[in-house]
Parts: sequence; structure tokens; C-alpha cells
Amino acid sequence: MTELQTQPGPQHAGPDQEPLLRVDRMSRHFKIGNAVSRRTLHAVDDMSFTVGEREIVAIVGESGSGKSTVARVLAKLYKPTSGEAYFQGKPLSAIRSRHERLRYSGLVPMVFQDPFSSINPVFRVSHGVMRALKLHRPELSSEQRFAEAVRVFEAVGLNPGAEVLERYPHELSGGQRQRVGFAQALAMRPKLILADEPVSMLDVSIRIGLLNVMAKLRDEEDVSILYITHDLASARYVSDRLIVMYAGHIVETGPVDEVLGNPRHPYTELLLAAAPDPRAPLNASAEADRGEPPRVIDPEPGCRFRWRCPLAVEECHQVTPSLRELLPDHSVACHVAQAGTPTGAFR
Amino acid sequence: MAHALADDQNGLASPPQDGPTLQIRDLSVEYVLESGIVGAVDKVSFDVNPGEFLAIVGESGCGKSTLLFGIAQLLNPPAEISGGSVTFRGRNLVKLSDKDLAAVRWKDMSVVMQSAMNALNPVKSVGAQFKDAMRAHGVTSQEEIAQRSAEVLRMVGIDPVHLKSYPHQLSGGMRQRAMIAMAMLFTPELIIMDEPTSALDVVAQRSLMAQIKDLQREFHFAVIFVTHDMSLVRHFSDRLMVMYAGQVSEVGPTQQLFDHPHHPYTVGLMDAFPSIRGPRVQLTGIPGSPPDLARPPAGCRFAPRCPKVMPRCETNPPPDYELEGTSVRCFLYDGAPEVLSD
Repeated sequence: MTELQTQPGPQHAGPDQEPLLRVDRMSRHFKIGNAVSRRTLHAVDDMSFTVGEREIVAIVGESGSGKSTVARVLAKLYKPTSGEAYFQGKPLSAIRSRHERLRYSGLVPMVFQDPFSSINPVFRVSHGVMRALKLHRPELSSEQRFAEAVRVFEAVGLNPGAEVLERYPHELSGGQRQRVGFAQALAMRPKLILADEPVSMLDVSIRIGLLNVMAKLRDEEDVSILYITHDLASARYVSDRLIVMYAGHIVETGPVDEVLGNPRHPYTELLLAAAPDPRAPLNASAEADRGEPPRVIDPEPGCRFRWRCPLAVEECHQVTPSLRELLPDHSVACHVAQAGTPTGAFR
Repeated sequence: MAHALADDQNGLASPPQDGPTLQIRDLSVEYVLESGIVGAVDKVSFDVNPGEFLAIVGESGCGKSTLLFGIAQLLNPPAEISGGSVTFRGRNLVKLSDKDLAAVRWKDMSVVMQSAMNALNPVKSVGAQFKDAMRAHGVTSQEEIAQRSAEVLRMVGIDPVHLKSYPHQLSGGMRQRAMIAMAMLFTPELIIMDEPTSALDVVAQRSLMAQIKDLQREFHFAVIFVTHDMSLVRHFSDRLMVMYAGQVSEVGPTQQLFDHPHHPYTVGLMDAFPSIRGPRVQLTGIPGSPPDLARPPAGCRFAPRCPKVMPRCETNPPPDYELEGTSVRCFLYDGAPEVLSD
């Protein structure tokens, strides 16, 4: 095992330079219930973050934290309830025509969680990637299309590309199918891939291979990836920056080593303590927490983690903490941490 | 312990026996397909001792779930047991009739499946399902059913008001806990769990594992726990059994296996986990994929992916070698000159 080479580093946009993706105070609410009891589920609330060029940003959180909703809004599957996201400086809401939408979905494709249901089983795997090429890159001749399909297949580790293209999905393993998902995305010459739990359905022994593919796409194909996961260890392995979400809010964000090495939000600490790590002794402090889903239906003001937080103070029940930069490039939304009190709730 | 004693008086639990709770000998399971026979489980032998937590790990398709179903006699065609025995409390389950099996199931041995959403009946309340299970085993007193149902729910940390809840009203973690509560109704000697935590978040997963372990300490049942995630059972299992392509490649005390993995496959699995605290290192996982079990390799089944493959591995299947309490199916531990010169 060799020490990971330090990456050339994501090009962080300066203040005057627009990042690849900028999400500005975006919220997405869902109406639930019937006419009698109308309630609102706050899946994503007031979320702001950026993704730079050639950068892997991981969003981690439990089920119900809103992390998949973020990906779906960015894929334009949902409209934000309020706020806006800007891709290459252009607001997503301004992308309306079929032509613009097609162009956007080529630049920002999505890779799905389930490699068993996201590929059409009755066609050879070449079908999906050739179709994507035909739609998104009509300038290519059919020979060029095939050559490009082989290239993207080999770029994600499906060798020999020409042979794998001829197979049917059922002839491929789960890991290979998920590589097909990345190859299809790559064929469109994307700038940003939205990867929603791309490895969670795969075996542990195969996950690493896919994570390495993601790093390779960043380093060699200049693609940024928004990696959505509940697995902190894999986020640490592959990503440059980390966004920790809880109940629709960003609770902590910063460079991945900084956030995990020096977590300031009790929820980040809880996640760290609960993550199974065969190389570390058992941390018993996470056991008291039951891992109940966050309350996001008609939430009242206050920190949404307060019900599970051992450090909650009066202020946490009254005022929703906002994300504030506590250390350089490392922001936390926690009254206790912002007051300068050491946290360490689950250590 | 108060609970366990009460159960004995009620005659709910059967008296424990001496020796291993479960003895598996040369168990083989085959899928008989039109295209040929797939040997999903190939002559697997092991014991489970009373109160022991045995974890079975391996990749998808290594036969771990098929093995579980074979033990619980829950296989459906085209899968069938083609040989071997499953001895539970002195009786070979393979030979038992469905009627005799029904008496054993749930009472002495229960199974917790991977997806509680699918395992629980969506149109019946949790309490009604508990009642069904108890009635099927001859407990008819309403009072006793209500009391025991509330008791097991409390054991797994769910408020007994949820006996009236339907599965969709519970969170994923609570559903999985309710399944475990149901498995505990008769305080069985053995609970078989097939990836019970895989649908849960890490926090819920950790809390459920700790709870299973606590219950086990209190009620002394044995657990067979199947998972693909070795790191999950690291701190909870007594013994670890690594399966590959339908065979046991290594089995031994968990601690020892993690400290000194012997089989190249076990080593590969260990190296597949990114660490959350240690240095960030480039990992490779295990290249390639498991063999097609319709045409298994002639020699060692791991040979095509093995970084330490030797000529003899390609032709001869290795036997099990005993090493300091672990059993390893790998020629590296033969001590033959071929290895020494390596």
C-alpha cells in the first residue's frame, strides 16, 4: 500500500470567480398529509455550498437527512421550493428549453444507487451508452461513437471495452454494472457527476474499485463529483471536501481530513463514533444513540439535532444555528461549538 | 435472567443440551437449473456452541445466504440439499418432516431476515403477528400472549404501545428490532440472522448490533450472523467464518483472524476497508469476481484472483490446515518445499 499521492488540488474559486456549481440558500419542501391535516416535510432547508472544478465533494448523512433530495434538485428532477443553484454561473431555473435541458443533463449526469435496476435488462450494455452518445454528441459518426464507447468503458476499468459492450446486463456483476453507469455518464463529457450512493449496494470488496474509478475520473477526465453517501470511511477515502447533513441542514462542512480529524459538531462526532472501523477499538459512546430518523415535518425553530444531542443547551431549543466558519474553510452550525465550548460529545 | 427463569416455568423454552447447539457436517446445496447444476454450498462443516456468536462473511454469491437457508431448511426449488447433515439438538433437520420442523422453528430456532419490511406482514399490526407466532406453538392464553409480546418488545427497546402499530408506522431500525423481538418470543437456543442491519444507517446499525449482543449475554442464545461487511462484526462476534465460492476458506476466533489473517482472500477482504482514522492509503480491493459455480475452478476456487497463486493451486483443491486455532483452506500453509522456496 502506498501513501495516496497528494492531488493537484481542486481549484477553489476565488471570490471573483464563479465556481462550477454554487447552491445558494436552496430549500425543498414536500407537502404531505390530506386536506384535513396539511403538513410540510422540510427535506432540504436553506442549504448553500459550492463544488469546484475537479473536486469530489461528499455529502454524508443518515436516511432522511435530505442528501438524495439535493442530488435530485440538482438533476432538475425537483424544483427547489426556494433558493437557487447556479451551474457555471447560470441559474438552474433558467434552463427551460429541451435543448438546454439536454445539454445540462449531459454536463451534469446522475449515477444511481441500484446497478440492478438502472440498466435496461433487454438490451446489450452498448445500448445505453450509444444512445447517450447519439443524443448528446450528435456530431460523432457511428465509428467515432463506437470508439468513444470503448474509450469510456476502458476508462472505468471495463476491459476489453469492445467485448464488454456486447454483453447483456445480467452477464455482468454488480460492480461491473455500476461501472457501466459511470461509463454512460462519462460518455456525455460531463463536468459534474451526481453520484447518489453509487457503491452502497455493492460488496465491500468491490466498493474500493469503484471509488478508485471516481478518483480517476477526477484526476484524468477533469470531472467533479458530488458523492452522496452514508459511509464516512468511503467519503474520507475519495473526497476532497465533506458536507455533513442532518435533517435537511448542513451541520458541518470543510476539507475532509479537517472535518473528520477535528470534528466540531456533535452529530459528526456521533457518525464518526458509530462508523465500524476494524482497525480501531470499539467506541461504546455511540451505542446509547438509537439512530432514530430526524424530525423534519413542520419543524419548529431550534437545532434539529437537539433531541439526540447530549450537549443541547436552552438556546438550541429556541434558535436554529446557522453555519459559521469556526476554523479556516471549516464551518459548523452548532451553538455549543460556536460558543467555543469543547464538544467531544461522542468521543 | 429473571425473564429466562420465568420462561422455563411456563415451559416456553426447552431445556438446553450438552455439546454444540448446531453441528453442520459436509452440507452441500445445489441449484438444479436447466443449464446445469450450480454447487452453491460445497461440503461445509462447522459447529455452533451454546451462546456463541458466529459471523459468516463473504461476497455476494459466495453461498452464505444459501447456507443459512440450508440450515433453517427454508430452501425452495431449484435449490436443494444434496448431501450432509444439520444436527440441531440431536436431530438431523435435513431428515425431519415439515410438521416436525414447524415445531422446532421459532420455538428453538428462529430466523431474522435481511429486510424487515418484507418479512413483516404489512396489513397486520406487530402485536397480531406476535400472537400468530405464539398461537402456532400452542400458547393460547390471551393474557400470556399480551404479557410476553410486551416483554419482548421492551427487551429490544421499543415501547409496547407499538404492538398496535403497523409495520409502515415504524422506522427501519424499529422494524428490524421488532423482528428480533419476534425471534425472541420463545427464547430460542439459536437465532439465525441474515444481514439484519444492512438496510440501516450506521448509527442505527451500531445500536442494533450492541443490542443483539446485550440480549445474547442475557439470554445465552447462539447467533449465526451473515454479513458481507466484516468490519461490522469485528467487535461483536466470537468466531468468524470466511466463505468464498461456496466453501469455507478460513474460520477462527474473530480477534485472531483480524490480527493475523492467513488466507489470501481474508487478507484481501481486510484490505478492502478504507479506514476512518488511520492514514489515507490507496487500496485495491480484490480484483476480479468470484467464479461461476456452475463451472468451479479445478483447484483452489480463489486461485484465479489470488495474488499468491502457486502452480499446484490451479490443479488441486487445497485441504483445510489447522493453525493456532484457525482452520485455513490454502496450500500456503502446507509447509511443503514449494512454499518454503517462495
